[in-house]
Formats: sequence, C-alpha cells, structure tokens
Amino acid sequence: MSLTSPWRADFPGVLALEAEGQTYLDSAATAQKPQAMLDALLGYYAGGVANVHRAQHLPGERATRAFEATREKAARWFNAADAQHLIFTRSATEAFNLLAYGLELHFQPGDEIVISALEHHANLLPWQQLALRRQLKLVVLPLDNHGLIDLEQAAQLIGPRSRLLAVSQLSNVLGCWQPLDQLLALAQAQGAVTVVDGSQGVVHARHDLQALGCDFYICSSHKLYGPDGVGLLYGRAGALQQLRHWQFGGEMLHHTDYHTATFRDAPLGFEAGTPAIASVIALGASLDYLASLDSSAVSRHEAALHAQLLSGLRLRQGIRLLGSPDVALASFVVDDVHPADLAHLLTEQGIAVRAGHHCAMPLLQSLGLSGAIRVSLGLYNDANDLQRFFSALDQALELLQ
Amino acid sequence: MSLPANAQTALHAFRACSGWEQRARLLMQWGEQLAPLSENERCESNRVTGCESQVWLLLERNGEEWQLRASSDARLLRGLLALLLVRVNGLTRSELAQLDLPDWFDQLGLARNLSPSRSNGLQAVLKRMQQLLDATDQGAINH
Repeated sequence: MSLTSPWRADFPGVLALEAEGQTYLDSAATAQKPQAMLDALLGYYAGGVANVHRAQHLPGERATRAFEATREKAARWFNAADAQHLIFTRSATEAFNLLAYGLELHFQPGDEIVISALEHHANLLPWQQLALRRQLKLVVLPLDNHGLIDLEQAAQLIGPRSRLLAVSQLSNVLGCWQPLDQLLALAQAQGAVTVVDGSQGVVHARHDLQALGCDFYICSSHKLYGPDGVGLLYGRAGALQQLRHWQFGGEMLHHTDYHTATFRDAPLGFEAGTPAIASVIALGASLDYLASLDSSAVSRHEAALHAQLLSGLRLRQGIRLLGSPDVALASFVVDDVHPADLAHLLTEQGIAVRAGHHCAMPLLQSLGLSGAIRVSLGLYNDANDLQRFFSALDQALELLQ
Repeated sequence: MSLPANAQTALHAFRACSGWEQRARLLMQWGEQLAPLSENERCESNRVTGCESQVWLLLERNGEEWQLRASSDARLLRGLLALLLVRVNGLTRSELAQLDLPDWFDQLGLARNLSPSRSNGLQAVLKRMQQLLDATDQGAINH
C-alpha cells in the first residue's frame, strides 16, 4: 500500500524541494511551513506593521491583539491554565538560558542539577555552565539499552541535593518517548524544579501540560511548522514567580529612573526588546492549521511512515539503529561505513537527511560513535520520500561497501 | 602558473566524469593513493578541528618547496585531500599565496564540498592550512 500524505499539498516548501529533486527528511532539524503560515506572515507585513505593547494607535493595537492571540492559542494547545503562563523567547535555546539565569539564585554550592545522557546541547550547556558558575554538581542520568533514561538508576541518583531536573520528552537522536511521569515524580519527591525539553515531543503529540505537571516546558516554533525566531517557555503559575529577570530593556518594566527600576511579572517581564512580532503572529496561524487537522489521522500517518522507515532499515545488511525509536525519526550507522561518506553520497542524490552528532555530542561519544545519519519525518512526508531515500541508500552503500 | 602534472591528470579525470557515481568512485580511488600517516602523526596537535570526520594535516618545507601531508578516517574526504595535495605540493610560498583553491575545486566539479553548511571538513582543512602557513611566516619574521 502506498502511503500518501493528504497534507503534503498544504506545504509549498516540500513541493518546491521535490520539484528541485530534493527529498526532505530532516524535519527534526526544522520543519517546512504550511501555506496558512506564509499567508499570515505576508498578511502582517503587507497589512502594515506596528510594535506591540507600546502604542495606543490602531496599527499598534491590531499587532498587539494578533500577537497576544498566539499566546492564547498556545495556551489552548498545551492546556495551560492561563495564557500568561507562556513566555515568548527567541528560540528554545534562549528559553533554557532564561531558566538557567532566572533560577540561578536558588542554587547553593554543592546542589545538584540532574539531566540525562541524551540531552540536546540546548538542555546541557546552560546547566553545565550554571554548574560551573555556582559550584554545583551536574548529575547525568544514564540510559538503558533501548535509549530510555534508566529509572532504577534515576531513583538512586535523584536525591535530597537535587534542586532541578531537566530532561527531554522525546530524544532528537533516539526518537523514543522518555518515562517523564516517573522521572518528574522522582524529582518532585525531592522538591526539585522540573524542566521538560519538548522541542521534539511537541511536534508528534498533543500534551496537556497541567496533566504532565512539570514546572517548565520548552519548545520551539520552527520545528512545530511555525516560523523561526520564536521559542516557547511554559511555566506553571508558582514556578514563573521563582524566576529572576534576566534581560533588561524595552517595555519589560513598570517604572525606572536613572538608577533603579521595577519590572513586570511574566510573561512581559521576560520579553525584553521588540519580540519577533511577525513570527509570533504566524505561529498562531500554524497552530490554527494544526488544530484544524484530524490529529488521530496525523498520528496514524506518522506511525505508518515510521514503521516503513524502520522496516526498510532493518531489512538492510549491516545497518545498526540507535536505540529503539518510537516515532518521528531513526538514527543509524552502517558497519564499516563512515557516516560522513554515506552523508556525502546521500547529498549527491538529493536526499536531505542529517549527518553528524545531532547537537548531542556526549551521547554519540557514549555510544562510541563519531556520528550517525538521522532520517526524520514530518506530516507531509510520504512513501515516495522513503522510497527515494532507500534507493539512494542502496546506491550509496553499493559504492561504499 | 602552470598546473603540476598530477593536478593536470586529476583535472582531466574529473572533467570526464558524467555523474555523481563516477565522481564518487574516482574520488575514492584518489583517496586510496593518499600516503598514510603514521600513528604518531595522527595526533591531537595535527588534527583539524571543526570537522565531523577526523582529519590530520601536516605542513613541511623542503628547501623552497612546501609539502602537505594529510589523512582522514572518511574515504571521500581522503579523496578531496589527495586533490588538495596534488595542487599544492611542490609550490613555493609565493606560489601558494597566489593559489585560488576554491577555484581549483570548482574546476574539478567539487565546489559544493566547500559550501559553508558542509561539515565534512574541506573548508576547515583549507583554513587550517592557511593558519599553518601564517604561523611559519610569523616564525620567519621573528627569527
């Protein structure tokens, strides 16, 4: 049975790339955009721009309403108790940095920050550097053979000195859902702040953040079929109040004289400087588009495509999958073939996959690998994309093996 | 500046390639001709950083002529290194200064390997070579 995507035609980028002979299988790095998002972006710019939260004039009011409407849409998307629990940042990476600086004063030398072995650099470096600044201990939770955070070891390692747990919901390399409920419970039992990296997870399922119960949840717009330049930081009501202001300027304040100032609460107090107005508005259009889809049909399509990807990889000699991916992506290496060589030959054939360490250098090192190839799927991919990938893979391996 | 004989051979061979497959095979053949480096030479101080593959580069001087030696754990990159070496080796410092290496790879039909989004290493190799040359120039001034 040939798997087609009923949503492919909504994404002009994927069609343009196809016309150019490029097969796009790198959506975990960044996703193509729906027409509705492009229309919103152009509509905002062409309709007359204005800055937000500053002006009383009509264009300013219109821009502010559209900007804040995205916050409402994001709140609905995540079932946040209040739209004010969502902060717009410039990227997911910036949101992690916001937390690492905003929470810094709560840490005492010797306290522990707990992450896992599979974290993306964005959820590693801000904590690593915070640990160095404040003489904290960075505890790294190990993985089991399937690429899941090992719960038995986590129960030993998360202890009374653990002040914060920051873990990924869905690994960008291993593609497996992490046992978040258990991990969050372990951290909460110690009174630790909990942070979830939802950058990949947000794309492949709807999550109710109140039910999940984490203190903070972070994701980026550009992987969720939205524009670049926007990250989302969700914070539970009580959690947001623990944050110290970190970037200063613009309209994030109540009052200032030359020497002192008082600042707004979240979210605006954490959105210093003119935000990415057009991108935030256009993200609203992407969320509307996604909300209009039959989410179970999307999940079924993604699952069927993922199953085809895995079975095709397993069929081929010498291919070793990293972990046991559940959804969205598969990373692999081939015995006696350098991933850089394979990447080179896939590129020659117009296959856009990611090669290298996937911003998770320590994870690849711990697996004894210098790199891997990652194929990742979006809702617009179809069986033809996979077929083109596999035939290019076979050609490349014939040359290399 | 006339092309060294080996470089002329490479240019002929690569220009005759009709597709990516032939070009890849040829690149791997050239890579196999690359003289291996000893284990000592494949050390951290000779390693080119900024590549996802491992690459080692050594610059040596033989009278007025400069010699590069290089290797990598990736086969296609070894081919690119071989094509760099045939163009560069035996040149004097002033000849090297005039050399347009991106143009050389362009003539070979391999310009894409120098695009900034590539992390395969050729870009980093050229940068490292320039740094090594600059360092020896600096050494010469200081002496």
